[in-house]
Amino acid sequence: MLDSIYIALIPIIPIISFLLIALVGRNYFPKFCGIIGTLSLFTSFVISSVVAYQYFFEIGKVEGVYQKIIAFKQVWLQFTPNISIDMGILLDPISVMMIVIVTFISLMVHIYSLGYMKGEPRISTYFSFLSLFTFSMLGLVLSTNIFQIYIFWELVGVSSFLLIGFYYEKPSAVAASKKAFIVTRFADLGFLIGILVLSYYTQTLDFQTLIERANDPDFARGLTTVTFMGASVLTWGVLLVFIGGAGKSAMFPLHIWLPDAMEGPTPVSALIHAATMVVAGVYLVARLFPVFSVACPEALDVVTYIGVFSAFFAAVIACTQTDIKRVLAYSTMSQIGFMMFALGISGYGGESGLGYMASMFHLFTHSIFKALLFLGAGAIIHYVHSNEMKDMGGLRKNMPVTHITFLLACLAIAGIPPFAGFFSKEEILLAAWNSNKFIFYVAIVTAALTAFYVFRLYFNIFWNKEFNSAHNHQEIISTVAHNHSEGPATMQLPLIILGVLSVIAGFVPFNNLITSDGIALATEFHLGFSIAPVLLALGGIVIAMILYKKQNELPQKLADSFNGLYKAAFRKFYIDEIYLFITKKIIFNCIGKPAAWFDKNVVDGTMNGIAGVIVYFSDSIKGLQSGKLQDYSIYFFTGVIGFILLFIYLWT
Amino acid sequence: MNEIGLTHILVVSTSLFFIGVYGFLTRRNMITMLMSIELILNSVNINFVAFNNYLYADKLEGVFFTIFIIAIAAAEAAVAIAIIINLYRNYKSIDINDAEIMKY
Repeated sequence: MLDSIYIALIPIIPIISFLLIALVGRNYFPKFCGIIGTLSLFTSFVISSVVAYQYFFEIGKVEGVYQKIIAFKQVWLQFTPNISIDMGILLDPISVMMIVIVTFISLMVHIYSLGYMKGEPRISTYFSFLSLFTFSMLGLVLSTNIFQIYIFWELVGVSSFLLIGFYYEKPSAVAASKKAFIVTRFADLGFLIGILVLSYYTQTLDFQTLIERANDPDFARGLTTVTFMGASVLTWGVLLVFIGGAGKSAMFPLHIWLPDAMEGPTPVSALIHAATMVVAGVYLVARLFPVFSVACPEALDVVTYIGVFSAFFAAVIACTQTDIKRVLAYSTMSQIGFMMFALGISGYGGESGLGYMASMFHLFTHSIFKALLFLGAGAIIHYVHSNEMKDMGGLRKNMPVTHITFLLACLAIAGIPPFAGFFSKEEILLAAWNSNKFIFYVAIVTAALTAFYVFRLYFNIFWNKEFNSAHNHQEIISTVAHNHSEGPATMQLPLIILGVLSVIAGFVPFNNLITSDGIALATEFHLGFSIAPVLLALGGIVIAMILYKKQNELPQKLADSFNGLYKAAFRKFYIDEIYLFITKKIIFNCIGKPAAWFDKNVVDGTMNGIAGVIVYFSDSIKGLQSGKLQDYSIYFFTGVIGFILLFIYLWT
Repeated sequence: MNEIGLTHILVVSTSLFFIGVYGFLTRRNMITMLMSIELILNSVNINFVAFNNYLYADKLEGVFFTIFIIAIAAAEAAVAIAIIINLYRNYKSIDINDAEIMKY
């Protein structure tokens, strides 16, 4: 049996490291904070790997089915005999996979940050936030209880807020962190209402009980009879929960915070956008997947269409952006869309559960190659001191390690065999082919777009024009001059490790390990099927190569010929402007201003009026309190005499 | 009418009481005010003793109360004089009108 103490250590070590760094280390040994954070994450990673090995190969499987193991559970708040908020640890294939990914990517980011953030005055604060973030995410994936997941969900939100706003001297970073916080908070409101609806009607907060009850036909019939606006309460509950997931996972239309979140330090972007925060939404849907798929398939349709639309929409925007981190941010949104719709089209159990497996597989591979892309982008920004593509070009000779690893990641995300992304994307496409042809066609176009925009990025950074620091400003030349290396070994090591993994991660036999019902799927991998997607991806790469390998006029001409569409995509389809319009023009003018008027004039007016009357009254009588003892005595005696007269003559 | 009755004594004590009140309200010197308070208290004492003697001659409650009041008056005089001394130290005066900062 797994020792629950060991498993509990996985999240506990990062929180201890957070407390140690934040309370003591920041003041007494700031030099060692990075080392402490990295070592604690390393320990966590080793323990997670051991747990994962034990779970997958020794004890998790009972008669061919992976079990859900509750390693530890403590009732924390008991509301009624049925409903309680527990703190516990749930091990099942997806949570075990997630702890390995989270600790691994976080470890890579920690090692990378040792080099990247060197010389930063608030480096210890940075590492303490990283530890807090990792802790929150680990707590989230290990939750046994929907309320526990909500608590850690908010912790993830607040630590991402802290990390995005790390450079708080920059107004744009402050704005970005606020935006991320407000948008995800707004979505979390939906999540909270969803939790309340689900727990009210199913009388439980525990995941397993919830799933059992939703799948129990008798119980479910009782739920589906309660309807609201034509859908059962269960559907509403899971849809509201999905709003929370969509907020964190940056699904359309709640994606607007993600590109702005690039204001944080680049390793943070890698951590948030690769392995942890943005996949929390996917993880949440996967965690409640049996409820979605059995009890309310309508909700799954919503998940599918939002996912596929986000994937396509983000891919189109990514083709036009010029800030390399923004391209990657939209690419993340697109890939998360892939995971979402793969969950949406999946069925529960058996071979129809392919989408679920594919989604989790894509989550796994994506976190590796997207972390690599971001860390590579960080190295490039470190070298060039700019986020803009026009300041780059021809970097392949200057930064060979970054170049090779970045290329590997690009091939992986484009879905070229035998790189990691190929396998997971093929599974998703296959699942889409099996269930819904429309989704399949959109997905395959999106996959081709993916190949195009990552190679546009790649060619613009590493080929195109020759790198010439004279392009940049005078002061930057001096920094570049004594910085003519790719960065220290601590920055290159994670790139190399992740690069190797991007090549081999696709060979993990996911169909045996992670499925919707714990039973291994038969491998159904048709080589013939993958010809079309691979050809399309190659086509995307070739187009990118023609357009961007050498500096030429073609991209500009192309942009001109699609003038309206290009502009719209470049401005991210005006979603931000629409939000601003809605909030500033409609909500402020129609609700905010009247409310402010009411508050200022009616509410404040009443209070000010009362206060004014009292002030006036007290002004007029304050002379009575003269400070003269004998005046007071006169009042006293007058009063006494008055009472005496009252008692003698009027009291009958 | 030669005999001194309760009414006579009550007239005395009432006069004493109002003389005390008048003194308390009009004198500006704090020591004099303290003396006026003593007059008020003593008029009450006379009332107690008189009622005890004329109406309930077999009991002693009135006398006991009088002794209580004398003790309390002594304590009160001690406290009042302490306050007056402190005020004098601060204001160099024992005029009641000089100690009126406790107003609005």
